[in-house]
Amino acid sequence: MTATETTGSARPAPAAGPARLPSPFALGLVRARVELLGFLRERDAVVFIFAYPLIMMAIFAAVFGGEEQAFDMGPAAVGIDFAQYFLPGMIATGTMLSSFQTVAISIAVERDDGTLKRLRATPLPAVSYFLGKVWQVLLVSVAQTAGLVALAALAFDVPLPDDGRWLTFAWVFVLGTATGTVCGVAFSTVPRSGRSASAVVTSVVLVLQFISGVFFAFPSLPGWMQQIAALFPLKWIAQGMRSVFLPDAFAAVEPAGEWQHPAIAATLGIWLILGLVIGVRTFRWRRRDDG
Amino acid sequence: MRGLRKTYRARHGGTATTAVDGLDLEVGRGEIFAVLGPNGAGKTTTVEILEGFRDRDAGEVSVLGEDPARAGRAWRARIGVVQQDSRDLGELTVAEHVGATARYYPAPRDPAEVIDAVGLAEHARKRVRVLSGGQRRRLDVALGIIGQPELLFLDEPTTGFDPQARRSFWELVSGLRDGGTTILLTTHYLDEAAHLADRVAVINRGSVVALGAPEELGGTEARTPRVSWLHDGERRTLRTDQPTAAVTRLRDELDVQGGEIPGLTVTRPTLEDVYLDLIGNDTTSEDPR
Repeated sequence: MTATETTGSARPAPAAGPARLPSPFALGLVRARVELLGFLRERDAVVFIFAYPLIMMAIFAAVFGGEEQAFDMGPAAVGIDFAQYFLPGMIATGTMLSSFQTVAISIAVERDDGTLKRLRATPLPAVSYFLGKVWQVLLVSVAQTAGLVALAALAFDVPLPDDGRWLTFAWVFVLGTATGTVCGVAFSTVPRSGRSASAVVTSVVLVLQFISGVFFAFPSLPGWMQQIAALFPLKWIAQGMRSVFLPDAFAAVEPAGEWQHPAIAATLGIWLILGLVIGVRTFRWRRRDDG
Repeated sequence: MRGLRKTYRARHGGTATTAVDGLDLEVGRGEIFAVLGPNGAGKTTTVEILEGFRDRDAGEVSVLGEDPARAGRAWRARIGVVQQDSRDLGELTVAEHVGATARYYPAPRDPAEVIDAVGLAEHARKRVRVLSGGQRRRLDVALGIIGQPELLFLDEPTTGFDPQARRSFWELVSGLRDGGTTILLTTHYLDEAAHLADRVAVINRGSVVALGAPEELGGTEARTPRVSWLHDGERRTLRTDQPTAAVTRLRDELDVQGGEIPGLTVTRPTLEDVYLDLIGNDTTSEDPR
């Protein structure tokens, strides 16, 4: 077969030699822009994923503001302002929403409506598609978390931690977001259609929120619920965030009596690898009913 | 693009259905090749194998010199695909989508020119969600041709178009062919195939039942004029290459009053008649090639 292409009028002057395919990383940035624009223009996404933890934070802090979340710590009961106790949980919820929920729903919808199939027909590499998602998740969750911390500090006088704890914050945040993202990719094959994706994913996240001590103080949950929650990442992200924003004395009320940083890293790491393996093995460009 | 042969079995509810059964096609460079067939004939399955979306179960396929099932990015940069249904791309504008998609390709066309070429220049800043069905389809085509494909797949591109939109769409496609693009078109509109295609393959139940230029499809036999008249209130039909002679003979034989044959018609089968004839027949009963 020989190339007998004639030159069309809309054709730019051919570069010397065969044109090179754009790099996957550069295309990841192109995709990031597409993802971000799509996210920001989807009102549902902005309200229920980006603003939701901020709204919850504002409501809870306003309702229970000034009240103390009390813990029975044996001889002496320890109390803490409710807003301060609530902040780590909301940050953990935010990372979960912005990573897991966003990615799982968007991939399920994109698989259903043909976005993925359309992309599959172009020279866009799969890795660039996922890089676009990662950038989008990263930018949204950083903005969201910054918003939460600012809201708590400025509006509800929550004391911010000292320098050393921001390192803990950074690794819990990054590991939690990464784990949520890959688990979102893996979970995106569970909803049977794009229409059901939102309901399926949201209810999973909601259950996790309740059992992982996001709304209620984790130590006050029944033991069996704590044990179930301990199987999933959200509980550990929340616990990691508590270790950042709560005084060290509160480590004593954790079920283990300490912050358990190594266990947080290990659990999130296991979920990260698990999500990665399942995501890579189950990811498909087409709908289930489409061959 | 060279000859290909494949057998493909799709599973539906556990039973294996052969969607495409030993189908041979060869499409030449620079032609518009139309694949015609009723719904469920295996058109889309065939095209999706050629596009690399589906695996085949048997046979050999070569598209632009490569096996689509194994081809990589460089190969995909040389094809353009306009799929059958699209409900995606809601929140971005036409210009944003075309611009982003252009970046995926090594040597794209100019996005603004492409948007203009498909007639969406005045809608370039609109979100895709608000476009009409015909406008969306034009956007699909814009996204299909932005990478300067050597080979463009159009899967039922004008379904749901009004006649005027279809006309201007045809002009667009003809223009692409004149620019050197090879086009593989599937359709169930016969006028579309007749208008656009250099060659047509009619497929039914997964096999090619006819192949050729639109005006030659089905062979001379299928295009033999038909003389039809009423005889004692019953319609009789005669196939003949010499309709004038047949009518003269009829008038003499029937010896009708006033010399007029009741209910007389002389028709040449249209592409549609030929097509309906072809797909109405059992696929194994004839091989027009």
